[in-house]
Amino acid sequence: MELYRSHVLVCGSTGCVSSDSLKIIDLFNKELEKHGLEKEIKVVQTGCFGLCEAGPIVIVYPEGSFYSQVKLDDVPRITEEHLLKGLIVHDLTYKEPGKKEASDSIDDMGFYKKQQRVALRNCGVIDPEILKEYIAYDGYAALAKVLTKMSPEEVVETIKASGLRGRGGGGFPTGLKWEFTSKAEGDVKYVACNADEGDPGAFMDRSVLEGDPHTLVESMTIAAYAVGANYGFVYVRAEYPIAVKRLQIAIDQARENDLLGEDILGSGFSFDMEIREGAGAFVCGEETALIQSIEGRRGMPKVRPPFPANKGIFDKPTLLNNVETFANINQIILKGADWFAGIGTEKSKGTKVFALGGKINNTGLLEIPMGTTLQETIFEVGGGIPNGKAFKAVQTGGPSGGCIPAEHLDTPIDYENLIALGSMMGSGGMIVMDEDNCMVDVARFFLDFTEEESCGKCTPCREGIKRMHELLDKITEGKGKLQDVDKLETLAKTIKKASLCGLGQTAPNPVLSTIRYFRYEYEAHVNEKMCPAGVCQALLQFLVIPEKCKKCGICAAKCPVNCISGVKGKEVYLIDQAKCIKCGACLEACPFDAIKKG
Amino acid sequence: MPKETMTAENFQKLDKLILQEKETKGALIQVLQKAQGIFGYLPIEVQQKISKGLRIPMSEIYGVVTFYSQFNLEPKGDYMISVCMGTACYVRNAQPILEKISKIIGIKSGETSPDGKFSLIACRCIGACGLAPVITVNEDVYGRLAVEDIKGIIEKY
Repeated sequence: MELYRSHVLVCGSTGCVSSDSLKIIDLFNKELEKHGLEKEIKVVQTGCFGLCEAGPIVIVYPEGSFYSQVKLDDVPRITEEHLLKGLIVHDLTYKEPGKKEASDSIDDMGFYKKQQRVALRNCGVIDPEILKEYIAYDGYAALAKVLTKMSPEEVVETIKASGLRGRGGGGFPTGLKWEFTSKAEGDVKYVACNADEGDPGAFMDRSVLEGDPHTLVESMTIAAYAVGANYGFVYVRAEYPIAVKRLQIAIDQARENDLLGEDILGSGFSFDMEIREGAGAFVCGEETALIQSIEGRRGMPKVRPPFPANKGIFDKPTLLNNVETFANINQIILKGADWFAGIGTEKSKGTKVFALGGKINNTGLLEIPMGTTLQETIFEVGGGIPNGKAFKAVQTGGPSGGCIPAEHLDTPIDYENLIALGSMMGSGGMIVMDEDNCMVDVARFFLDFTEEESCGKCTPCREGIKRMHELLDKITEGKGKLQDVDKLETLAKTIKKASLCGLGQTAPNPVLSTIRYFRYEYEAHVNEKMCPAGVCQALLQFLVIPEKCKKCGICAAKCPVNCISGVKGKEVYLIDQAKCIKCGACLEACPFDAIKKG
Repeated sequence: MPKETMTAENFQKLDKLILQEKETKGALIQVLQKAQGIFGYLPIEVQQKISKGLRIPMSEIYGVVTFYSQFNLEPKGDYMISVCMGTACYVRNAQPILEKISKIIGIKSGETSPDGKFSLIACRCIGACGLAPVITVNEDVYGRLAVEDIKGIIEKY
């Protein structure tokens, strides 16, 4: 094996690839060759480092220097200064928000300090397309242990004892699911992985698939051994091409090396798997709908019971877990149930990956022990709110979750606490909003999503969400009445109770939680016909600032309804509020910033 | 106008595809995905051929095609502009960006321009939240956008 004195890690995940990280890798290789360093320094394409905000990211080891938003022009400089002369290029390394000096090493960065990486342990560390790198980090050791030293029952007991709960949404105890499937009767059983990560703003599953695909192959094989299955499916969103490609590479490599297929590692146990790509339907994240979709049908949920553990894919007993859940399995096997159960809170064990986004300095992926508070997550790991704006709410759980206001920021994150606040864990999307976001508009945004994604099978969801959406449209357009807010609440509670599947049962959460915590904003829209955050177009006013107006008449010429009057060169222009349709054309057209909205 | 894809050659490819997948359990969605890869969209003729080949009723095939957002019944423009409407992009002002593009090209979300050059959609989260707000034009990704950047991007195509 060749030894290198230094490694240059470049993120090859979707976010960084979108900003040219692959070209950066090519250029580094060329530069290293130019300086004759190609035998001393190795460039590695890794998975996600987590701090997507700073992408494309390059980390140079052994120093751990974290270069952020690297441009192609920076590559020759980093090569000459850092790799050749050993001098860290300080003006290119990452400077944390609020700090004066750049951090010299990744170990000093606030973003990573509170994190504990279990599911993401290999993301940003290994090259996901090279099996040997995975093996070097204890890859497939858990599978070997299970196949040679443990009975299927022992595996199920270990997972049960760990306290691991499903990371895809509901938080059902994983070990119990395994036990149900293992005890279900049937000669053919399946293991399936839900990688249909549909929550807008959540990308943890994608990052595991892109950064560490072998962990999924290994864990699914362990699960198959535990429940007695010989075939598996991974259902991936079609919107994730890089994830699909890398997972396929991992499956092929595992097959070639006796880690998948007939007689795995000479143990006599056989298991194989295939990828099924989704075709764009959020509801397919629901387990019964996902199974329908794997079978090639419309992804419409079914009544449970029977549960998939008894009657799943092609009516056979099926174990279905999500990507992040599987990513914990091999670590639990290797380090023991007690180790895992020692992390987190009483009822929520282990760590959780969150995709932090929206109005936050450190957009990205982070993994924290359960029980970390929202405050620590947003302000310490996340680095707080940009541009000196005030925090308003954090939305967790995607379209199924709710908005949590500032007064609850000291809540430790776990399944039960989030539900008590009217939100939920969901798959781990965490969107931060500041004072400029209108909560009524945010609720409307989520209903817009769930209305479109409702499969239409049951009436409360199909019709109820549509009616709620109409009421919210009315309110954001300034046509709402105070009774409409009560009507929204009544409808929401009915939909929650009467819907068939998780989509409908949770779709009203964004509305209920915003009414609960931000009722005054609804009331301002209704009573004062005003949007306090200045978002809802219909409630805005466009005004000419007389001191700034240069009397050029450009605004009047652009106005589609001729509601701006004035005399060119002589008179300040004036907008007739009664006729104005609030299209904003004047604001955009004015070259002197003399029009404001408020 | 968009390229004519209903050629004999493409139908031969479809026949081959159907033959390959005929025995696979639950293969319909995969066959439709690959067929759309060949033709660019899924006109009724293609669906009928798949129906006969896989022995699945037309009603079921049409049901699947219209259920999933990935499948198109109409041909799309040469350049597909997708504006990410994931939550992270939305709270970072993706809506005004969609409106600006809509205004420049003169089509609404979900439409294709009459010359077949552009299609515009508001798409689901593409997971590049660090770059929010994001748009993609075919394979090209543009992130951290402001409304002022849009004109320059469209002019490239």
